[in-house]
Amino acid sequence: MSSVTITIDGIKISAEEGMTVLQAAQANGLYIPNLCNHPDLRPAGLCRVCVVKQDDWKITISCKLPVKEGMVISTEDPAVQQIRKNTVELLIANHPMTCLTCEADSKCELQRVAHYVGITPDSINRYRRSVRSIPLDTSNPFFDIDHNKCIMCGICVRTCDELQNINAIDYAQRGVASLISTLGNKPIAESRCESCGECVVRCPVAALATKKSLQPMREVRSICSYCGVGCGIHLGVRGDKIVGVRGDQENPVNRGSLCVKGRFGYRFINHPERLTTPLVKKDGVLVEASWDEALDRIVEKFSEHKGEKFAALASARITNEDNYLIQKFTRAVMGTNNIDHCARL
Amino acid sequence: MTNSISEISGAATILAIGTNTTQAHPVLALQVKKAARNGANLIVANPKDIDLCRHATIHLQQRPGTDVALLMGMIRVIVDEGLTDKDFVKTRCEGYDELIASLVDFDLDSVEKITSVPKEEIARAARLYATNGPASILYCMGITQHSHGTDNVWAISNLALLTGNLGKASAGVNPLRGQNNVQGSCDMGCLPDVYTGYQKVENPDCRKKFEAAWGVSLSPKQGLTHSEIFDQIHDGTIKSLYLIGENPVLSEANASHAIEAMEHMDFLVVQDIFLTETAKMADVVLPAATFAEKNGTFTNTERRIQRVRQAIPQVGEAKADWQIVCEMAKRLGAKGFDFNEPEEIMAEIASLTPSYAGIGYPALEKSGIQWPCPEPGHPGTPMLHVGKFPTVSGKARLMPLSFRDSVELPDAEYPLLLTTDRSLFHYHTGSMTRRVAGLEQLDSEEFLKINPKDAAELGLGDREMVQITSRRGQTTVKTKLTRICPPGLVSMTFHFAESPTNVLTSSALDPVAKIPETKVCAVRVEKV
Repeated sequence: MSSVTITIDGIKISAEEGMTVLQAAQANGLYIPNLCNHPDLRPAGLCRVCVVKQDDWKITISCKLPVKEGMVISTEDPAVQQIRKNTVELLIANHPMTCLTCEADSKCELQRVAHYVGITPDSINRYRRSVRSIPLDTSNPFFDIDHNKCIMCGICVRTCDELQNINAIDYAQRGVASLISTLGNKPIAESRCESCGECVVRCPVAALATKKSLQPMREVRSICSYCGVGCGIHLGVRGDKIVGVRGDQENPVNRGSLCVKGRFGYRFINHPERLTTPLVKKDGVLVEASWDEALDRIVEKFSEHKGEKFAALASARITNEDNYLIQKFTRAVMGTNNIDHCARL
Repeated sequence: MTNSISEISGAATILAIGTNTTQAHPVLALQVKKAARNGANLIVANPKDIDLCRHATIHLQQRPGTDVALLMGMIRVIVDEGLTDKDFVKTRCEGYDELIASLVDFDLDSVEKITSVPKEEIARAARLYATNGPASILYCMGITQHSHGTDNVWAISNLALLTGNLGKASAGVNPLRGQNNVQGSCDMGCLPDVYTGYQKVENPDCRKKFEAAWGVSLSPKQGLTHSEIFDQIHDGTIKSLYLIGENPVLSEANASHAIEAMEHMDFLVVQDIFLTETAKMADVVLPAATFAEKNGTFTNTERRIQRVRQAIPQVGEAKADWQIVCEMAKRLGAKGFDFNEPEEIMAEIASLTPSYAGIGYPALEKSGIQWPCPEPGHPGTPMLHVGKFPTVSGKARLMPLSFRDSVELPDAEYPLLLTTDRSLFHYHTGSMTRRVAGLEQLDSEEFLKINPKDAAELGLGDREMVQITSRRGQTTVKTKLTRICPPGLVSMTFHFAESPTNVLTSSALDPVAKIPETKVCAVRVEKV
């Protein structure tokens, strides 16, 4: 691929042929306001916020404009500014003003764009209409859908199509009635949605948002404990509890993607039914015991049953280090090769 | 896997056989769907009309348990039509003539009769696979959990070898390992015949090495496999069982046999994070820490060793499994269990295991390492068998095969064939996922998936409670009428203790791998 040089607002940047102007700008750390663009998805050209002026004559959207040697782009031309501002004002005309309690607050792309184009209380009022009153879809146990916040950027639809190939949602209706919908506009839980949450992660305005949960105080990089794919995760920690899981975009296995179990299936960790003390059977009933008592009982019996009277079944669910020591214990201490695990099940 | 997950999307052809990838390995399935979307040929071979079929070029809907015939039929087409990679076969394989001789039984008319797959479809799939490389084969328990599971894998290997699809990018033979660290627990020698890194206990050199390292003398005799252990508990030979993180009451094929064995055994220790159905039977239960409460490593299906990091303190008095084992060993007077951190254990593993020799925690920090990693600083091995196979001759063996039917097939008394599968929303026996309220809301009970035609013949409606009976046991479950199952085939998961599917399944074993035939048994379904 060959390099081309283009100029954006007087700054010469180099870009790879095949890139769009928006991609080239982003690759060089230049911000062109945009909403429907997402690095994982093909450019869609839906929101019209990324308008620029090309070679001092043509107003066009930068997410669909391929770079060309010598191209001169303006993002601050007065006509561009006016169109962009109008577009954003129309987008927020019926958007709820509940930013403080919104999941997306401080990471909302609409907020960012509104600030950038210089929305003021007066300019909001120009087009302001009442907020839509479509009921929340709370049918999914892990996330809610608030159509009233939706800006129709289609990132969710395209994620479900291009990345997940599930196609649980699509655009429906026309004009101001437009909305993202399942087949037959049924609640999302009754659709073919697999609850992977990939759309929720990408929604720029929290129209799709995980159900209210504690925000993590810190994160720890680890590996998902479900299937053998071994996706990289960030465990969100608050106090002594796991309060969330996020895909690790740096991990070469999953590049940030997760499935429903990996992303949302963490609540077993701090579940009230966790075993918290050893249990020892007394008169046919398991009762709480100290570690000393439990281990003494084990040592007594295991000492009697060394060699072929003993077997251990290790686990495909625990670490290499755990498993290594279990087979070492079985072989070196108990004197038998009767060690296996659940690999065949 | 011989190759890496990230290579799948680059394949020109993918054969996904005996894997319900979107349900059991959803994130890896993204790569398969991406390949199909980019124009790769996707051949799905599965008795059921699984979700992946939506993306398939061809769906070969073979009768369960007939994979050897299907694959050898494909091979027959490839050989007959001269589509083999002759150079690869000549320079890198042995046993070609024996394989060819065994193909005599696999003419497409016979194969069609055995598999119920139209011969034109078999031929089309064979040509697609052989002529559009690189071609990757993905397989899972649908291939292995058979009394002829080893033959199934040999057949897959034959197919890949004859077409030169090993040792090159986006090709390969790629078993999708089911549990997070099943690859690692095998690598660590939690198998009755090998120490770490598959070093044979019967090989005196290997044994001497471990004896020297551990300062003890070791048994030269192979141990017992999983199902043999339960047999010997049954017989009273094995008196003590130390069971860690496993729930055989629900997961063991012919579970009643395992339950009976554990009920009568002298001493059962269960180490787990919850009081599972199996833990309830124990004499002593030890509380283990979850992955979020300990440091260590998991090895994934593409052999990538990755760091697991402690995020929260251990819950209650729970301890990491390695800590418990060390404590137990010390109390039994053993030496060599003085570890303060898992990192020290990994150092010992690396010192004894050639394929892990270069592994240390600092090297794993960024993105893990795929074994073999023979020395520190080695970048790991994303692709196996490039240029050479790890055999004595350096060549791969082509294996002559014959077709054997499954041990138990439907008959007048048990007219339906039961196979097992998994739900996207649950994991194994559900001890973790069924305690996650949201997952439970999305999928809260077992269903017997049955074709509407079979249901009509039995006078059954949708969501109707039925009794399902095999020669080994019975349970009750609601029906789900679905064309996912062809007529004659019914399917259940094994996630739900309320309908324990494995009381039904067959424990007929593969003679080599000793894996039970949970994918095929005969059942009868009746109204309750």
